[in-house]
Amino acid sequence: MAAAATLSQAGAAPRYGSLKRQRQWALVLSYICLAFFVIFFLTPPVYMFLTSLKTSREISSLDGSPWMVHAPTLSNYGGLLTSAQFLTFFQNSLTISVIVVIVTMVISVFAAFSLARMKFWGSTALATGVFLTYLVPETLLFIPLFKTFVFLRDVTGIEFINRWYVLCIIYPTLTVPFCTWILIGYFASIPKELDEAAIVDGASYMQILFKVFLPVALPGLIAATIFAFTVSWANFLYPMAFTTTSDQLTLNVGIVTTLVKGDVFNWGQIMAGALMAAAPPLIIYAFLMDYYIAGLTAGATKG
Amino acid sequence: MARATTAGSVVLAPAARPIRSGSLSRRRSLIAFTMCLPLILLIGALVVYPFFYSLHLATLNKSMTKFVGLGNFAFLFTRETFWMVVRQSVIFAVSAVIAKAIIGLMVAHVVHALPAKGQRKWRGMLLVPWVIPPAMSTLGWWWMFDPSYSALNWLLGLVGAGPVPWLGDPYWARFSVILVNVWFGAPFFMIMYLAALKSVPETLYEAAAIDGANAWQKLIYVTLPMLRNIIAITVLFSLIVTFANFDIVRVLTGGGPRDMTHVFATYAFKLGIESNDIPLGACVSLFMFPILAIAAVFILRDIHQRGTQV
Repeated sequence: MAAAATLSQAGAAPRYGSLKRQRQWALVLSYICLAFFVIFFLTPPVYMFLTSLKTSREISSLDGSPWMVHAPTLSNYGGLLTSAQFLTFFQNSLTISVIVVIVTMVISVFAAFSLARMKFWGSTALATGVFLTYLVPETLLFIPLFKTFVFLRDVTGIEFINRWYVLCIIYPTLTVPFCTWILIGYFASIPKELDEAAIVDGASYMQILFKVFLPVALPGLIAATIFAFTVSWANFLYPMAFTTTSDQLTLNVGIVTTLVKGDVFNWGQIMAGALMAAAPPLIIYAFLMDYYIAGLTAGATKG
Repeated sequence: MARATTAGSVVLAPAARPIRSGSLSRRRSLIAFTMCLPLILLIGALVVYPFFYSLHLATLNKSMTKFVGLGNFAFLFTRETFWMVVRQSVIFAVSAVIAKAIIGLMVAHVVHALPAKGQRKWRGMLLVPWVIPPAMSTLGWWWMFDPSYSALNWLLGLVGAGPVPWLGDPYWARFSVILVNVWFGAPFFMIMYLAALKSVPETLYEAAAIDGANAWQKLIYVTLPMLRNIIAITVLFSLIVTFANFDIVRVLTGGGPRDMTHVFATYAFKLGIESNDIPLGACVSLFMFPILAIAAVFILRDIHQRGTQV
């Protein structure tokens, strides 16, 4: 087989100058493939954007291409941005995500520092455990968690069900394991000489962490922060299970449950809402793409 | 030489240790442990405990007052819908992961073949589906699938193909949820493979080219073996996540038509939260555990191997 291939290749070889042409053809082929995939990947967001610019009347008129916008309007966006309900969703999502990012980073940074540098009894097992936790899907845990918080409410008298803040307690289970895991990687790659030098200078562990590790591992910190934010922003299952009334919903669930109601869908507004809900992660991605991708590829990640 | 010196330092280290006072290292590990304490508490209280609690919940009756042993499982096994969910979960996860892996690999190759200058821009565009929260992009797909205003059917109409009942027909609905999942997940595979492709030494391809390998042979004998590890690990990860998928099925079909697109997660949600039968829901979600455990064993073995290689 291989020999035959070699022969046929050798037979083709005398056509000098064909290599360059071959490369050009390969490149053209690549671009055609690429165009196909870009269309496949970008069609839904583009179509969402087109729909969001249409009025309900234009959407429901069946003549003409659905891919054209005849009278673009921003009224769908305006309608949502002046709706108190939508702003509440936005505020809930933002508050939760910011709190979760802070909690996650505090827990992860300390844990990762300790697991990467200051071994203690069982620290290797714990690092593996952190990784395993990251593999546990949320869908396995939401029912027992729901029941646990019902039980906690009955015991403590604090309302946990249908309150947005319960999500601040639950989301770290999704973010902390992964952030700890990638931070361990970033911290472990810092040369030991750096902290030895700091110890010789009489630095405490806290000083080593804050004055040596954090500045050096800044890219890792940014990647972890982005991850924590996007995960808590995008989560759908937990708010779906834990919150019901419209003043407690997050943006994703709010759009899915309140804008989609009855038989009359205001598709323009739904699409505008969905795009605005997608905007924060997209903006972060647009500006910090390299950190975002570094976070994705650091250690094999979920997908 | 190098081995001799490392061996020497290994011998030296234990000898050097007793000079340090024992209390210092004990204090050190106490500090280290304290720093990990929030992590341990979080994982213990909100991951490990709920997991075992769900084992307990699965053995209770609907009002959670009586122990019924494996009664819930026995009940599920008699339900036709449950077996349909099992089948659909397997079909959904396996076909979606295979499609994602193949498309991811293709796109990664195509992007890798581009001149280095333009790669960043294209890569940036191709990752967009992964960045949008899946529940939101699924809304967009839902609208494209809409029976009366379907933009996809309009396009199909241009080439003369009949309107497709994307979400109305159970089998088309199964295809649609897989399609959306592939759309969402393939960019992730692409980014992982692209990173891995960059680490394959160019000299291997040059050697293959000198030996007269064509593009296909380079792929089979050079690229795939070099990417074997990363392919295995992304496929395993994706298998876990796809098996546990909730957002896409929930938004797109809600499990219908005729419960044919339910996967474990959405079925568990329907039973546990919506029908308020928490034990039965816990039962269903526990069925995701075996696949998780198997995948975890393989992933851990891989990490262990990599650890010993380095």
